[in-house]
Amino acid sequence: MPAKTYVQTTINGEHVDFLCEPRQSLLECLRDVIGLTGSKEGCNDGNCGACTVVLDGRIVTSCLVLGVEVEGREITTIEGVACGSTLHPVQTAFLENAALQCGICTPGFIVASKVLLEQNPDPTEHEIRFWLANNLCRCTGYDKIVRAVQDAAVKMREAEV
Amino acid sequence: MAIKNYEPNMVLATTEYEVVGTRPVRHDGTDKVTGRAQYGADFTSTGLIFGAVLRSPHAHARIRSIDVSKAEAQPGVLAAVTAKDFPRSDASPDEYVQLGELNTRLGYLRDNILASDKTLYKGQPVAAVAAANAHVAHEALALIEVDYEVLPSVLTAPDGMKDDAPILHDHLKTEELGELTDRVSNVAQHFQHVLGNLEEGLAEADVVIEREFDTATVHQGYIEPHNATAFWNKDGKVTIWCSTQGPFEVRDASAASLNLDIADIKLVPMEIGGGFGGKFEPYGAPVAAMLSKKTGHTVKIIMSRAEDLQGTGPTPGSNLRIKMGATRDGKITAAQAHLAFEAGAFPGSPVGAAAMTVFAAYDVPNVVIDGYDVVVNKPKSGAYRAPGATQAAFGVETVIDEIAEKLGHDPIELRLMNAAKEGTRRADGPINPKIGCVEVLEAMRDHPHYNAPLEGPNRGRGVAVGFWINGAGASACTIMVNPDGSLTLSEGSADIGGTRTSVAMQAAEVLGIPVEKINPQVVDTDSVGYTSGTGGSSVTFKAGWTAYEAANDIKRQMIDRASKIWEVEPDTLDLQAGEITSKVDSELRMSFAELAGQLNDTGGPVVGSCSLTPPAIGGAYAGSIVDVEVDPETGKVTVLRFTCVQDAGKAIHPSYVEGQMQGGSVQGIGWGLNEEYFMNEAGGMMNSSLLDYRMPVSLDVPMIDTVIVEVPSATHPYGARGVGEVNIVTPPAAIANGIYRAVNIRMEKLPMNPGAVVEAVWKNGG
Ligand code: FES
Ligand code: FES
Repeated sequence: MPAKTYVQTTINGEHVDFLCEPRQSLLECLRDVIGLTGSKEGCNDGNCGACTVVLDGRIVTSCLVLGVEVEGREITTIEGVACGSTLHPVQTAFLENAALQCGICTPGFIVASKVLLEQNPDPTEHEIRFWLANNLCRCTGYDKIVRAVQDAAVKMREAEV
Repeated sequence: MAIKNYEPNMVLATTEYEVVGTRPVRHDGTDKVTGRAQYGADFTSTGLIFGAVLRSPHAHARIRSIDVSKAEAQPGVLAAVTAKDFPRSDASPDEYVQLGELNTRLGYLRDNILASDKTLYKGQPVAAVAAANAHVAHEALALIEVDYEVLPSVLTAPDGMKDDAPILHDHLKTEELGELTDRVSNVAQHFQHVLGNLEEGLAEADVVIEREFDTATVHQGYIEPHNATAFWNKDGKVTIWCSTQGPFEVRDASAASLNLDIADIKLVPMEIGGGFGGKFEPYGAPVAAMLSKKTGHTVKIIMSRAEDLQGTGPTPGSNLRIKMGATRDGKITAAQAHLAFEAGAFPGSPVGAAAMTVFAAYDVPNVVIDGYDVVVNKPKSGAYRAPGATQAAFGVETVIDEIAEKLGHDPIELRLMNAAKEGTRRADGPINPKIGCVEVLEAMRDHPHYNAPLEGPNRGRGVAVGFWINGAGASACTIMVNPDGSLTLSEGSADIGGTRTSVAMQAAEVLGIPVEKINPQVVDTDSVGYTSGTGGSSVTFKAGWTAYEAANDIKRQMIDRASKIWEVEPDTLDLQAGEITSKVDSELRMSFAELAGQLNDTGGPVVGSCSLTPPAIGGAYAGSIVDVEVDPETGKVTVLRFTCVQDAGKAIHPSYVEGQMQGGSVQGIGWGLNEEYFMNEAGGMMNSSLLDYRMPVSLDVPMIDTVIVEVPSATHPYGARGVGEVNIVTPPAAIANGIYRAVNIRMEKLPMNPGAVVEAVWKNGG
């Protein structure tokens, strides 16, 4: 077995260090090494978005990032989206708009939507659909997901003023 | 019921209740938006190791030998298994095993878990290894030596039916119209349904349309690949943790394939990331169990996406010939269908359901339906959302559209003129109970979408209507009253789309309490009675009904208890809105919670329970209205606007009913426009990734408007029908009809991808 590398990183605001093989993806490290199983594996080749996390402010599919690449960087996963026991407005909007059915795609959609609304607080329907086009959902047909993001956008803008 | 103004989501309710019909936040929601929910792949345990499966590289081959010794000798590898390691029971390989909407024979089940003497499709498992590290396990597969004799393969039903086709199963004799013949062929079964006199019906017709259709193999495309973890204890007891639609079906199939008593297996259902019919087969569970037996460790097997596409049961391709005749004034007098479905490697395609549904939206007096179940060298087909009905509707709804056009009728009016009603006999036998076909069509006709102008070149509006049988099945439920008046509900139905809540709502309605007071749990197979799987649109119907009865059981027991405490006759008491009251003495009243606190000291706790197999449900109808724009240069079809109308009987939780309608519609759009297994001549799937097996993304589709029609089912306590499946049946046909209106071509193949559309435009002289 290949020698393991020692990696120090920040995940959801906390210092985390772990050992990983050079071939292990960030997704595998999160799930199997660190025990954060909220990020899901739907394809392992960048085409479903279920493994979406935030890496230094940008959304990435964590199955296409190597564990050894996150040395010294900052990661937010679905487990870090809520603030203590308070859900993020996007999470609340997903619940209230019934924007999940099986829920396997939901962590990826919520992480991606959160970053969208940070960058664009008032996105059009097309902008939402464009931003989320790397996240596959097979259950909902996207309608309620788009509406949930629109709803969260309104609530977050209202909270700003 | 009438539609006045446009709303994106409408509920045409006929009966209102307190809890049923409201939209509470689902009980498992918080876990699923925070990443805490545990799906099958998330399960872990002490000493967990990983299994990997070697799959056949050939679509059709005889296995001369398998040598796993080099793999076993590899450092890090703990065990290897082949079919030879599985115990052979006395049970006949011909015995049937229940697998949700489709059943199979034990011998076929076993060969689909690990092939014994032949491989019948590329991707069929032939051996497996276990190692402490998943990468090591996968690398070790390359060390397994399999000697194959490659055989010619056959990939479609029409080819499989030819006299000189390569034969998949040397012992498969054709069942011809109910009789087992001596003929060995790939046709497992040919059946026929006859109603009236087809020839007479055709003779009465002024217009007869006949067309042939082909549809491609497509996959359910759930985002969570198959997974299974198993532990074989030293006492011979096995625990399986997996994401499945059918915890009891997978338990029983695993017991059958491992030759264990059912009581020796406990299946712990994990959260499930989509199924759509594709998660009934056990696949990796018995293999993981065998590897666990050999190693003493808990073994986890997760399919890669490519394995999932190549090695699980997609819904089959089909070849259809549809012929229908109608009189000048629009009465359909005759209908004939020839339905040939690919079963995949083993018999059991959904052609039976296709035959039940094909003309079920119409009252046609003269019908002949021929169905052929044909084995081919593709994965054993699985169920997929209204299995068989979408293929059939693509053909029928195209032909109906053409009849309407030829006769100069509005396509919805023609359908209404011929619509099936209560009392109409289906060609396969049943007489319709109360159904909502007419109401669905009326709601489509009255919808603002259908009446809005559609302007611009190369744009067209299509409609289609369809039917699905809806299943029921056995279900069990217990509800415990806690000392504070809250309740804990245990059920056996895997919750794929919010059914914990839709089931609990039906119990809450009985007891007159908020649904938040009930904590619904999907429990393991040792903890609740047999519950048939989450398929056939059955859960809200059957498990909801069971919860309704269990809540009534609680109601009776609580009233009895109050009557003992108060020393009055039980029939003088009532339980309503969370309170026990006396019909004769207004002083006597006690809240449900107050009484709950006294139960343990007044005779013992109260547990309500029910197990039942509800009577047949009465099928469901749905229709699509779609506006498309066709680019005649590239053949690309864009969906501009989409409306789904469906009879839910009673929408228990309308948001999740709409969700089913929207999700089914978009799956139908994907099936209609994009999705397909590209097979090479050797029978290999060329597009086994989610990049190349292209399912709709958010940018491909518009909002999906919904209209829930409520024609209560005659049997269910709240009138609910199943809602999960019928919505996928009509989109491909509606899109095809829209394409015709846009560019004047009749599509006869699915998918209607750019290449197919351009080809049809050229053929049409465009
Ligand atoms: S698992 Fe990473 S994109 Fe699908
Ligand atoms: S909710 Fe199931 S894949 Fe999106």
